[in-house]
Amino acid sequence: MQPDFDFTDTPVSTGTTIMAVEFDGGVVIGADSRTSSGAYVANRVTDKLTRITDKVYCCRSGSAADTQAIADIVAYSLNYHENQTNKDALVFEAASEFRNYCYSYRESLLAGIIVAGWDEQRGGQVYSIPLGGMLTRESCTIGGSGSSFIYGFVREHYRPNMALEDCVTFVKKAVQHAIYHDGSSGGVVRIGIITKDGIERRIFYNTESGASAVSSTPSFISSE
Amino acid sequence: MDLDNARELPRAGFNFDNCKRNATLLNRGFKPPITTKTGTTIVGIIYKDGVILGADTRATEGPIVSDKNCAKIHYLAKNIYCCGAGTAADTEMTTDLISSQLELHRLQTDREVRVVAANTMLKQMLFRYQGHISAALVLGGVDKTGPHIYSIHPHGSSDKLPYATMGSGSLAAMTVFESRWKPDLSEEEGKKLVRDADPTGVFNDLGSGSNIDLCVIRKGSVEYLRNYELANKKGKRQLDYRFKTGTSTVLHTNIKDLLVTERVQAVPMEIS
Repeated sequence: MQPDFDFTDTPVSTGTTIMAVEFDGGVVIGADSRTSSGAYVANRVTDKLTRITDKVYCCRSGSAADTQAIADIVAYSLNYHENQTNKDALVFEAASEFRNYCYSYRESLLAGIIVAGWDEQRGGQVYSIPLGGMLTRESCTIGGSGSSFIYGFVREHYRPNMALEDCVTFVKKAVQHAIYHDGSSGGVVRIGIITKDGIERRIFYNTESGASAVSSTPSFISSE
Repeated sequence: MDLDNARELPRAGFNFDNCKRNATLLNRGFKPPITTKTGTTIVGIIYKDGVILGADTRATEGPIVSDKNCAKIHYLAKNIYCCGAGTAADTEMTTDLISSQLELHRLQTDREVRVVAANTMLKQMLFRYQGHISAALVLGGVDKTGPHIYSIHPHGSSDKLPYATMGSGSLAAMTVFESRWKPDLSEEEGKKLVRDADPTGVFNDLGSGSNIDLCVIRKGSVEYLRNYELANKKGKRQLDYRFKTGTSTVLHTNIKDLLVTERVQAVPMEIS
């Protein structure tokens, strides 16, 4: 390594696998936990399932700085909106706000975001906002660098309106396959199940037994 | 005739000619002047009662060590400190600015400031400057919600972690944490871990060096241990290499008396 090794010039990006699927009663969201800066894993326990409101979450891919900044702004704005209206924010409202930022700043941002959640009006919903800032509703969507490896798997195994546990297994297996094939995805599989009652989080380690491979991992892995 | 005049007028707005010139110069191998960058090892961990921050003390300008004992653990608030790596001026000014804002925030809210607030302010500032402020930070502190460590990258992304390393020696230091960090370390174990992690950077990374500073932040108290360890003590010279007097024989001595006489004369100034 040179003495003036310039780590400051390498932006941090979430080379990622993210996923969201609607099921009857809500949505299941999933992501790997790797954040890389060039060839270095800057964080192996990242939480890419980011809270916007209690029942709306987003999955972040692309530049870590860009996606964190947008998510923070939207979370602030929707919190304000919820306080003003005294109602839970709609998933579409969140998605729409994300789209507005992603489209307005499409030249300077590197952000691929999936917005997912549950609301009274339309139940579980998944919205995809890819790089250019387009907004589409999808019943099942994948994103990030690892997603290209699992298009076949998803096409083969996705069924509309799966039961909750089937849906969790489907998302878990898909992300595990992506982690296996994609060098920029790795760590653990984080899953969130959003229903009318809020979010339930699960973690799946990538070991034979399903237990953590590192003794120090379990205590902090569940923290944000 | 009017048209000819109009053509002569300079165009309004910014002139970007020099950008093209600079790019050409760079392509031809021109070396632009360099800023002081702290090739650095900075670390932070959470232990049972708080957080411990650690940093080396070397500042470099390219291959030259410009400061052998600089302080890289910056004060943000009474309960929050921040290690800085990257361009020395940037880390210094960024932490100073946020420190002021945190103090005003504390006075306005009449509460102890939280570590999340410092993290948000730092990351929002760095994001606004789109990575042009080369500050890579390890932020640590204790507030009413407990101990916190954040690592903040120059482009404005941040990670909340139980242990973090930054700077050119971060890889070496991280290996130590990955193998030895565990939850609820005692203060002694924590200090030893940070002390052991930092010299790996100091010894294995050319950009880090000299001494080690520690900062232990507990609930309600701070211990700033400047030069906690002198990892690179200067050795004592084993031998004296000076020649003894009388080594060369004096053949003869000749001393001349010189007397210089000079007369100074004032020259009248010309007045026009």
